[in-house]
Amino acid sequence: MITEAVQEREHYLNASYGIKSWLLTKDHKRIALLYLHTITFFFFLGGIFATLIRLELLTPKGDLVSADTYSKLFTLHGVIMIFFFLIPSIPATLGNFFLPMMIGAKDLAFPRINLLSWYLLVIGGCFAMYAMLAGGVDTGWTFYVPYSTNYSNTYVIATGLGIFIAGFSSILTGLNFIVTVHRMRAPGMTWFRLPLFVWSNYATALIQVLGTPVIAITLVLLIGERTLHIGIFDPARGGDPVLFQHLFWFYSHPAVYIMVLPAMGVISELVSVFSKKPVFGYKVVAFSSVAIAVLGFLVWGHHLFVSGQSVYAGLVFSFLSYFVAIPSAIKVFNWTATLHKGSISYATPMLYAFGFIGLFTVGGLTGLFVACLGVDVHVHDTYFVIAHFHYIMVGGTLMAYLGGLHYWWPKMSGRMYPEGWAKLSALVIYLGFNLTFFPQFILGYLGMPRRYWTYPDEFQVLHVMSTAGASVLAVGYLMPLIYFMWSLRYGPIAGPNPWGATGLEWQTASPPPAHNFDETPIVTTEAYDYAALAAREEVKVG
Amino acid sequence: MGSELPLFPVQASSVAASVDHLLYFLLAVAVFFSVGIFVTIFYFAVRYRRRSESELPVPAEGAMTLEILWSVIPFGLTMIMFAWGASVFFEISRPPDDAQQIYVIGKQWMWKLQHMEGQREINELHIPVGQAVKLTMTSEDVIHDFFVPAFRTKADVVPGRYTTTWFKPTKPGKYHLFCSQYCGTNHYAMVGWVYVMEPQDYQAWLSGGTSGSLASSGEKLFHDLACVNCHHLADPPGRGPNLRNLYGSMVELTGGAKVKADEDYIRESILNPSAKIVSGYQPIMPTFQGLVTEENVLQLIEYIKSLTPKPVPAPAGAGAATSKQKPTKQ
Repeated sequence: MITEAVQEREHYLNASYGIKSWLLTKDHKRIALLYLHTITFFFFLGGIFATLIRLELLTPKGDLVSADTYSKLFTLHGVIMIFFFLIPSIPATLGNFFLPMMIGAKDLAFPRINLLSWYLLVIGGCFAMYAMLAGGVDTGWTFYVPYSTNYSNTYVIATGLGIFIAGFSSILTGLNFIVTVHRMRAPGMTWFRLPLFVWSNYATALIQVLGTPVIAITLVLLIGERTLHIGIFDPARGGDPVLFQHLFWFYSHPAVYIMVLPAMGVISELVSVFSKKPVFGYKVVAFSSVAIAVLGFLVWGHHLFVSGQSVYAGLVFSFLSYFVAIPSAIKVFNWTATLHKGSISYATPMLYAFGFIGLFTVGGLTGLFVACLGVDVHVHDTYFVIAHFHYIMVGGTLMAYLGGLHYWWPKMSGRMYPEGWAKLSALVIYLGFNLTFFPQFILGYLGMPRRYWTYPDEFQVLHVMSTAGASVLAVGYLMPLIYFMWSLRYGPIAGPNPWGATGLEWQTASPPPAHNFDETPIVTTEAYDYAALAAREEVKVG
Repeated sequence: MGSELPLFPVQASSVAASVDHLLYFLLAVAVFFSVGIFVTIFYFAVRYRRRSESELPVPAEGAMTLEILWSVIPFGLTMIMFAWGASVFFEISRPPDDAQQIYVIGKQWMWKLQHMEGQREINELHIPVGQAVKLTMTSEDVIHDFFVPAFRTKADVVPGRYTTTWFKPTKPGKYHLFCSQYCGTNHYAMVGWVYVMEPQDYQAWLSGGTSGSLASSGEKLFHDLACVNCHHLADPPGRGPNLRNLYGSMVELTGGAKVKADEDYIRESILNPSAKIVSGYQPIMPTFQGLVTEENVLQLIEYIKSLTPKPVPAPAGAGAATSKQKPTKQ
């Protein structure tokens, strides 16, 4: 499978062979690949659910699946995509592989815990898969009580346990990243020389460690209520169903930043490399990640504007929600300023970065709409909200994930992907995405509620556009799956640094040796110092 | 296949225009920034495209002035959004004092609506144009949500408590009513229509058959359930407090705490009587949980409310104090 030119040298892929060498590996790079396979599986599984949802919504009548099945489809789509794809996506694959390399470390601080965290994700995934195969779950990924505790006859507990277990995977990854960044930096790698991808994953790790236990507690209470009727959420026993929403969103809103902060880190890398300029306002961008992580914990109540919570609570949460918008805006402005007088390449990862900035900007700006009390009352729980968060999570996180995957693919595999096909797929995904989700903003403002199996006839044209877009999007997502596999055998051999990037991960061979670096790198320059890189290259050539 | 392509919902309530104006402002800001960013990126991408692999751009120094500028200006704009949004929200949240009361009960999977005059409707609501309507809502099972897009109002309907919303229809017509909080398999079918009628048509509709007003049904129930045996309505006092003039008053509880006798308090006192014991009385009342429906509770509340004469000169108190979710008007 791997040609001679690559095979000559020992690296992390050929250092040992056999299934055991993978399932018991402590190498962060191999664990990253285990994650990559796992989340790719979950992504396409969640994608199948999305496809069925869009096909059902092609016509106003419910004519493809039953109402019951439809409810299970959108529930599983949400559960799989959020807890088993988006949350692990960038940190557990690209972060796992490159965070240690970018700081010049041999591995993460706790390699065994790193492997354990992968197993936890798989075990959690097995529970979710069991729930799916046994009959599914129909509560929506938000599990609102009392429907989920007293009324649903589906596999709520198995799914809840799956998410509970996968949560520990997330906590352990976060813990590992925090300790690694504090303790394992190479000599000379000061905090303000860290690549911004490391900063953003560090900020993400803080949320993972501090936020995830809350969803774990919430799920335990949910399971306790469902099995033992402990009464915490049941109004007939003096409980409060709205309390569940507070607990749920206390984690699940910061979870949005678990999904999007690492994506912002990827974009900072891509924008810099493909314009050969240091990221404009490095420190501001670095601190904005931490600001987002902290402020993200203070805004959960904006999911409850129409829940019956006090009007004054609504005011406070709306006010604070606007604070968290600012660091995101700052990032977009700084990325744009980075391009100024740069040397801008249109390589595939940069196309994804452009796509990210475009879609994230729309997603972020529509976030201002839903944070606005007067407008949110109308658009809450409509397709407007669906469009908004898909612009953030798919338009944002998934674009960045794919951009990062293309960018680091030569390092991970030692091979280049086919550039022409990759550019085409980036374009197809961008167009398909907008066709799918832009009409949903209009649908939402017209009043189309979420989670409806059927809908009034007048909404059909917009739904047809959305379904058409989804089929384009599906083609766009299948293309990288095919050409990445193709490139493993036929792709041109990549050198150690095909993009002319400054990060330490590019100063070692592709694919990297098992211990990453032949000798521990010593850092003498700031991040993104392209002049110093050029000078070093000249010395080597000279 | 529906061939129409609607792009904007009809405005049919007094707040709809306010919400839409706010939307236009947000849209203007969003379009300004997204177009600004797209055009700049596009311009830079073309103007500074890589011409040779060896070219090395001069790194730019970060500029604090710029950073402050593009933090402060957006922040100022978001504060306008916040303040404007909050003022519209207050308008949406506070029913006017002359609002006509209608009760709503959500259950899997239907809306039950109850007029004060006694008319009951299912999945349909008839109301007169130009008259503010206040809905007091609860659920028999899971959380639902009462959403009328043409009115731009929406509120969750939560079991175990009353929530309120209001609207003043401005245009006769037939408008969608949706449940917008997922409530189980047939969530999609928990839909109906709001009919906004000319006042004379509404009067004609009202005069259709009815079994008597909500309060009179409550009075009958009050005697059928033998509430009156303990809650004497005249001297001598019974084993339970006299309920005349109860509604809207401050009740002193055992232990000295005081609580306002609003709908939620009365509901709790019927379904969970031992939760709050009135000072000077024994906790002897049995629960009526399971014996009365949510509709019965509403009838009883309406009857108890009718035992308090409406204050003629100052209508503010009774109107605004009906739910603990809403702030009392100054």
